[in-house]
Order: sequence, then structure tokens, then C-alpha cells
Amino acid sequence: MDPFEDTLRRLREAFASGRTRPAEFRAAQLEGLGRFLRDNRQLLLDALAQDLHKSTFEAEVSEIAISQSEVDLALRNLQAWMKDERVSKNLATQLDSAFIRKEPFGLVLIIAPWNYPLNLTLVPLVGAIAAGNCVVLKPSEISKSMEKVLAEVLPRYLDQGCFAVVLGGPAETAQLLEHRFDHVFFTGSPCVGKIVMAAAAKHLTPVTLELGGKNPCYVDDDCDPQTVANRVAWFRYFNAGQTCVAPDYVLCSPETRERLLPALQNAIARFYGDDPQRSPNLGHIISQKHFKRLQGLLGCGRVAIGGQSDESERYIAPTVLVDVQETEPVMQEEIFGPILPLVSVRSLDEAIDFINRREKPLALYAFSNSSQVVQRVLAQTSSGGFCGNDGFMHMTLASLPFGGVGNSGMGRYHGKFSFDTFSHHRACLLRSPGMEKINDLRYPPYSLRNLRVLLVAMEERRCSCTLL
Amino acid sequence: MSKISDVVKRARAAYNTGLTRPLQFRIQQLEALRRMIQERRSDITEALAADLHKNEWTAYYEEVIYVLEEIEYTIKKLPEWAKDEPVEKTPETQQDESYIHSEPLGVVLIIGTWNYPFNLTIQPMVGAIAAGNAVVLKPSELSENMANLLATILPQYLDKDLYPVINGGVPETTEVLKERFDHIFYTGSTGVGKIVMMAAAKHLTPVTLELGGKSPCYVDKDCNLDVACRRIAWGKFMNSGQTCVAPDYILCDASIQHQIVEKLKKSLKEFYGEDAKKSRDYGRIINARHFQRVMGLIEGQKVAHGGTGDMASRYIAPTILTDVDPQSQVMQEEIFGPVMPIVCVRSLEEAIQFINQREKPLALYVFSNNNNVIKKMISETSSGGVTANDVIVHITVHSLPFGGVGNSGMGAYHGKKSFETFSHSRSCLVRSLLNDDAHKARYPPSPAKVRGGEWPPHSLTSAQGVLR
Repeated sequence: MDPFEDTLRRLREAFASGRTRPAEFRAAQLEGLGRFLRDNRQLLLDALAQDLHKSTFEAEVSEIAISQSEVDLALRNLQAWMKDERVSKNLATQLDSAFIRKEPFGLVLIIAPWNYPLNLTLVPLVGAIAAGNCVVLKPSEISKSMEKVLAEVLPRYLDQGCFAVVLGGPAETAQLLEHRFDHVFFTGSPCVGKIVMAAAAKHLTPVTLELGGKNPCYVDDDCDPQTVANRVAWFRYFNAGQTCVAPDYVLCSPETRERLLPALQNAIARFYGDDPQRSPNLGHIISQKHFKRLQGLLGCGRVAIGGQSDESERYIAPTVLVDVQETEPVMQEEIFGPILPLVSVRSLDEAIDFINRREKPLALYAFSNSSQVVQRVLAQTSSGGFCGNDGFMHMTLASLPFGGVGNSGMGRYHGKFSFDTFSHHRACLLRSPGMEKINDLRYPPYSLRNLRVLLVAMEERRCSCTLL
Repeated sequence: MSKISDVVKRARAAYNTGLTRPLQFRIQQLEALRRMIQERRSDITEALAADLHKNEWTAYYEEVIYVLEEIEYTIKKLPEWAKDEPVEKTPETQQDESYIHSEPLGVVLIIGTWNYPFNLTIQPMVGAIAAGNAVVLKPSELSENMANLLATILPQYLDKDLYPVINGGVPETTEVLKERFDHIFYTGSTGVGKIVMMAAAKHLTPVTLELGGKSPCYVDKDCNLDVACRRIAWGKFMNSGQTCVAPDYILCDASIQHQIVEKLKKSLKEFYGEDAKKSRDYGRIINARHFQRVMGLIEGQKVAHGGTGDMASRYIAPTILTDVDPQSQVMQEEIFGPVMPIVCVRSLEEAIQFINQREKPLALYVFSNNNNVIKKMISETSSGGVTANDVIVHITVHSLPFGGVGNSGMGAYHGKKSFETFSHSRSCLVRSLLNDDAHKARYPPSPAKVRGGEWPPHSLTSAQGVLR
């Protein structure tokens, strides 16, 4: 007995009925999301604290506020986004009406991860709803407290005829993916991304995959080490490093390494105090499994800062490693924890080579006072996104698309890009039945005379001679 | 088949040298492509004549001209498209540079098809080259003459390592699909589309799939039947019906069925004479298998016109079927041949329902003098694209993306959309290392309570992606 059959059929029927098409309906759903965030602020903060020991500050800034602002942005711009987009016409179609119509796909599946379990569920959801789809949400079972809130509280704020939350682990998700959706939006690891895409291929379902990788952070000799250390440390240890766009490792010269180490020590002490385990501002690891994995990584290279861990609290100290080998696990997998390896390189060229030998990351960082250096790193590498002289600030602009490339993903979202991702862009041309004389040239029988007339017309560059 | 592997390796090595990055290089290659088309026009026409019985007019006007136009348009617009696109900044990032940077993806695979074997292989290639990629081309083996010609002439005009041609049948295509590419562009059937996407999933390679389906053509009682039937006949019987956006079947009220038949017949006579077999302008079916398939669709149907074929020359007469039963075979698969079934419906609503019960088609056509009919048909259905009061023409407008939805495909191309399809849009934020004080508020430790009560400060949360 397939547990999802009924739910999916219900949602499909709702979509077919046209209920989600009017802007008023979509706006009402978005307002519901806004109310969900406002009415349940404490409940959400508590869930995030339970799952990830997330501080109020981090929760507000990276989960609640982001979700709220995406809701607000969509509400403000919904009408504009929904409008037909007029396009420029060629000579032959001057009297016609040419536009791109934005249409919902139909039934959309959003599979969310555990590290920002509110943000990474709600922000795609905003786009899917704004675009007029019915949505099935599959929150992560690993962030258990948030899963409960999303399953029990969120649906009360939305039209449950057009929206459903389904729960389960890998087995249930695999079963869910056997069904046909009109778009699948997945945030998670590249490994599971392949499984999702293969499942989608069976139904020719388009996918958006927000994956991950090892985000390199190049630190040039020409920089102020304390400023760099503040920025790198903050973005590295935010959410205890469990961020897909966190700087994963640093590339710098041995000299800069020596300047960075004390600066990083300062930053860590400043942010988390002398006993980071007691700091309310430092997150903890999501699960035993990930804790053990990270604890293992502490054995790589040499611990220069931190290195402590406490299983009972799933706590790992903000750690800096040095003298790591490329072959060690800490340089083979995405770290996703509060551990920062500093890898020595002898030049910018070597750093760029190092980066390009690896999979394209989701984010890439370069710190330098010299804008030439920053530009060179940008020009000679590829990544989902890039920030010069800071961490993942680029994600805070809704005007910048957020997505990966290569192993770090495909597709993008945030702001209007979300709306566009969850819409089919339908090309429309409305012709008049008149103007048949102009069409005459396109009909057989074709003679050399036709061809000559056409070729002459084409030589006149301005004439776009698709005189169909 | 290490030979295929070597070819792809060479293309990647050539790409990695950075040769394709300067716009000047890309433009040179496009100009060389244009020269190739101009200088080798008769070879191209001969190949099309041998494969599909095209003549110099149909070869030029249905295939070559679009590629030339695309090259022209692309060369002109490339500098603009390749530029960094500045985006709106948040209050927090006012002092920074924020923009979207377009980059090539790397090595792109383009799998062509046989019905417009020149256009559907080369037109996507124009966008891929313009975006700075290396391109591996796999023309369809069914249009054998064109496949051989491309393998011969492309290396004579374009960089041999960057733009290789790989020929072969299913085994070679399977082998090519095992290689890792940075994008796969496939034109062909739904069935093979799934196979391509599955292969791509193993490498997390994004795909553009230009597939097909049954493109419906609704003819309203209130329309200029003379013009409508002329346009429909032109689009349907062009290339002997072997066009992915051809009107596949007609939906109309029974009261106008007879008129439609008569007017289609009239247009057919104007276009191809009494005996289309004798017309220079009438195409042939690509091979014996498809010939038999299409002839099979006619069996058991009410033939109002045509219905005959000649296996030796793979000629099928322009055929019109009336009172077609929706359950019959001709209504189960994309016809891709010169057979036009007419299915009677009693109303616009019934037509819409009929369409919505089936897979989303690549194109949808509606003929009516009444704008409300057109609006309703468009708003209550979905399809890759639409032309109202004509057929096919929407795909000739540069500024309209050409692609499918659902079973008819994913992704799109033509004009700027091609450039975007074959590029990665990389989000960039470049900040300065000075003035770290401005960021003080974001660093922990967070105060337990802020005087005035608001935490986090509004300036931080409002900076989160809110467009002003």
C-alpha cells in the first residue's frame, strides 16, 4: 500500500481545478506563511535550539528573518512576476503579440535538509507557492524538532488541499521519488543529488539540486590578518560549520598562515569566549553520526587551535588544523563542521591550480587588498557563487541567484529566481489572420524566383528574413 | 571505444587551456561557421536532398537560414550578453560590487537529430560556442549523409580539438553518454530523453531536452478557414510532417470538419500539385522503419484524402483522416508524418479537456477570430509554446525561448536563451577589507538584551535579501 498515493492524487486534482492560479490565492498562502513565522517565533527558536543548539541570534538572522523577507518580497512582487513578459519582435512579426507566459508546473516536491531546516524549507516553498504550484514538502527527519513543527503547525496556515507535508527517512523518500512530480527541488549532498536526478529522469521531471562541496578560501599575503580572521572565522563557525556555503578550507602562504593563526585565535576567543563549549553563540552538531565523523577529522594534520570535543553535548570546539595532506579525509570530503584546515601554497597560481583540480564548489572566497588578485581568482576558477573579502554575504542579496555548478548543483533560486525556477516559461505568439500576402512567400511551390527575392531581402541586414 | 574517450579528453584539454575564453576567439569560430555554411551550401543541400528529399529552397529556408540568422544575431549580441550584469544591492552592501558573471560550463555534448539534421545540430552549437564551451557533436546516424558531411567539413573550418564530431549509432551514443560533460543538449524522442537524463544523473550533468509530443491544433468555428487551413497545411506537410512542432492533429466541431478537409485539400493542391509525389518540394520519410510506422497509423481510418504510399521511394501522400477515434493508434503516438487526423469535439471546453488529459505537448495551436477563445485555450492548457492563428512561427522569434515542458522536454534555447543555457551565471559580491567596524554588529557575543528591546538590530535582518 503506497502511503503517498492518496495525498498526491488529491493535490493533483486540486491543481487541475485551477485553485492555485489566481494571484489572490497565492498571496493568501504567502500571508499564511508570514503568520506562521510571526505566531510561532518562540516555538521555532526552541526547535532550532533543540536540533542544533542554534543561538537566538543565528536563528533570527539566518532562519526566521530570511524566510520572512522572502515571503515579503514575494508578496510585494507577485503581480509583477506573474505578468506576461513582452519580448522584442522581428520584422515578420511586428504586428503580432509576442510574450512569455509564466505558468506553474503543477505538483512540486521540495526535499529539505537539516542544517537550516526552516530557511531551506520555507524559502523554496515561497517560490513554489508564488508560482502557483501545489507542493509536497519532505522536511529532514534528522532535525527532529523542526520536522515536528513543520508537520504539525505549518499546515494549519496553508490550504491543505494544495499543500502536504510527508515524513520519513531515506526509504520513504525513495518511495516518494518513484512518483511523478512536475519539478523536484532538492537540497543536500551530491551523492543523494544523483539519486534524486536519476529518479526524476524516469518521469522526465526537471530538477533543482542545491548540493555542496569544499568551498575554498584563498587568503593573499596582502591583507590585514585580523580582519580576514574575523570574517573567515565567523562564517566558518556559524551554525558550528554546518553550512553549505561556509569556507571549507583556507589556501595561503606559510607566512600568511603564521599571521592568521593568532588572529584566528583572537577571533574565536572574542566570539565564543574562553570556554566555547559554554558559549550560547556556538552551535552543536546535529547528530551522533555527524559528531563521530567530525571527531575523526580532528585527527588529520595537526591541531593548531581547538580540537576538543564532547560527545554528550555533540560539541566540537572551533578548530584550526595545519599540515594536512590532500589525501587525508579532512581534504577529501565536505567538512560541514567547525574545523578549518589551513593549506599552504607557494603562490596564487598554485592556489588556483589546487582549486581547479577539484570539483566546482558551491562558493569560493578570496581575500586580498588587491582587487587584481580578487579578480584573478574569480576569472580563473568556477563556483556556484563568489565573494571577495567576506564570507557568504552574497547569499543575502535576493537579486543574486543562489545555486551551484557541476558537483555543487544545478538550477538556482532566491527572490525572483525562485519564482522563475518553479514556473514554466511558455513562449506565445498571437498572430492575426491578416497579413496573408506576406506569408505568401513561404508557401510552395518554391521557385528560383522566390529564392532570389528572399536572398535579396536577406542581404538587407535589417530584414530578419524568417518571413514565415 | 577508447577513441571516443580520447576525443572527449582532447576537447577538455583544449578547453582547459583557456583558448575559448576571449570573446574574440568565439566570434572567430562563429564567423568560420558562417563561412562554412556559405561556401559549402551546395554540399549541405545535397546531403539534405539525399537524406530527406529536400531541395535548395527547402534546405535553405527551413534549415540553413535559421542557423545563419542565429550566428548573425549571436555575433552582434555576444559582447552584451557576456558582460557582467550588476544587480540591486541591499543597504548593507551599498559600498560593494554585486553582479552576475557569465562563465562557460566547460565541455558540452550536443546530440542532434535527423529531421532537420543541419539546423538542430548546428543551431544549438552556435550558443554553446558563444558561451565559451568546447562542444562535442553527435549528429544523428539516421540522416547519414548529413552526419558524414558534418564530420568532414566542421574540422575544416573550426578548431578540431574544441569542436569534434563523433559519428555512430546506438553503441557509440551509449559510449559517449558514459563520458562526463558539463551540459548535455539532446533533441529527440521522449524515450531516449529519459535515457540521456539517467546517464547525465551519474555525473550530475545538467541537461536540455528538446523532445516532442502530439501538438494539438484547435480550429474554432469562428475563424477564417481559408487562411487557417492554408497555414495548417503548410506547417503540417512541410518536411513530410517530420517536424517536432508540426500541428499533430486537429480538434474542431463536426460542422466544420468537411470544410476543413476541402480547404486543406485546396492548399495541398496549390503547394504540391495534383500528385505530391511529382512535386520537387514535397519531402520523403527518413527511413523504411518510419515509413512503415506512419503507414500503419492510417490503417483502419476514414481517409478523406491521400492514404497511399510508395515504400521504394519512402513517399507517403499528404493524408487527411476524419472522425478519428481518440483511442486509435494514430492518436496514441506523435505522428511525425504527413497524416492529419481530425478529431471532432463539441465545444472549446471539450477540446481543452481533451488536451489536458494528455501529456503536455511541445507546441499548441489555436485558430480563432475571437480573442477570448484564444485566451481561454492558452490559460487552461500548458505546452512548450503557443502560436495562435498560425503554426510553428513562435519558434522563429529570437527573443522567445524554444523548449518543452513535462514530456515534451526541459530547458530551452534560441538567441540569448542559448547563451544562458550554455553558461553558468555566477553570483559575485566583492567587498573591501577595510572598515571591519561596520560589521561589528554581526559578530558574537550577542548582548543578552539590547536597550530598547530589539534584537537582532533591524539593520541586520532587514539587510537579508530585501530589495528596496
